[in-house]
Amino acid sequence: MELYILLIFMIFGAIVAIEARDLLSSVIAVGAVGFALCLAFLVLKAPDLAITQLVVEILCLIILIRATINRDLPLAIEGRWFFNTVSTIVFVAVFLFFAYTALKELPAFGDPIMSVVKRYIEQGTTETGAVNLVSAVILDFRAYDTLGEATVLFASVIGIMAILRRKGRKKIEEKEDAS
Amino acid sequence: MRHNPDAGMSIIVKTVTRLTVGLILLFGIYIVLHGHISPGGGFAGGVIIALSFVHLMLAFGKDVASRKLSKNIASNLEAVGALMFLLIAVAGFFGGSFFVNILEKGTPFKLFSAGTMLLNNVAISLKVGVGLFAIFLALVILEGSKKKK
Repeated sequence: MELYILLIFMIFGAIVAIEARDLLSSVIAVGAVGFALCLAFLVLKAPDLAITQLVVEILCLIILIRATINRDLPLAIEGRWFFNTVSTIVFVAVFLFFAYTALKELPAFGDPIMSVVKRYIEQGTTETGAVNLVSAVILDFRAYDTLGEATVLFASVIGIMAILRRKGRKKIEEKEDAS
Repeated sequence: MRHNPDAGMSIIVKTVTRLTVGLILLFGIYIVLHGHISPGGGFAGGVIIALSFVHLMLAFGKDVASRKLSKNIASNLEAVGALMFLLIAVAGFFGGSFFVNILEKGTPFKLFSAGTMLLNNVAISLKVGVGLFAIFLALVILEGSKKKK
């Protein structure tokens, strides 16, 4: 029940984020959606994900507000609204159709416990010595995945550093001044 | 009310920040070190550590925060974290193959248990926390240099 209230609130917040005229209001609406998602994780009994979602949401909000607060960006809504609306409705209909046919085949939530997960739940603590099973999975059984995830983060930080570095911008500015 | 972002915020915010920022950093370190016992772990703890530095920068301006942890040191520390994670992975070859937990398992519910998991958490937190702070610092410096023009 709480989950459905949260989901409806999240859909409402997302619509507000799209339709708001002011950029700062949409950023705050996106933040509300994120915090509702954090509560939804808590309702579904996933405290690890809830903590991570909460802190990442706060950091994203700070960065977004810091980036948007001093600028009055014009909203570009005009243009091909008819084509955009029709294509969006078509894609949503196709997605819902395939999601319905695919989700019908899935077993019910948490029942039966899948064979791989069963082994993690029963023997995770004795095999790794960690009480927190989420940590046991991401840092022991599936540590290779975590390595890939860390590589993705590393590459993104390198990319941001390369784009925002000072040297390249200085050269461009000097060229603009000279010409 | 517009204020100069380089100079930081008012004295009320500065005083409260001086009291709380250490606690936030300590809580991040707690979350990291207890990642294998309680909910949390390297990623969440690293983001909390980054948030403590972001808090410092929002309250005191970017010069004070850069003096604590400059952008070059931040990017170097991030590379150290990534290399540490990779070294732990390669060290698993001593036990057989990639990512084998070579250290003692220990007793559950103790801080020093679960073998390499604690070191993994520290490496990930170093990488995530310092990397995110470096991104934030780079964005703020970009904003500042735009305004000067």
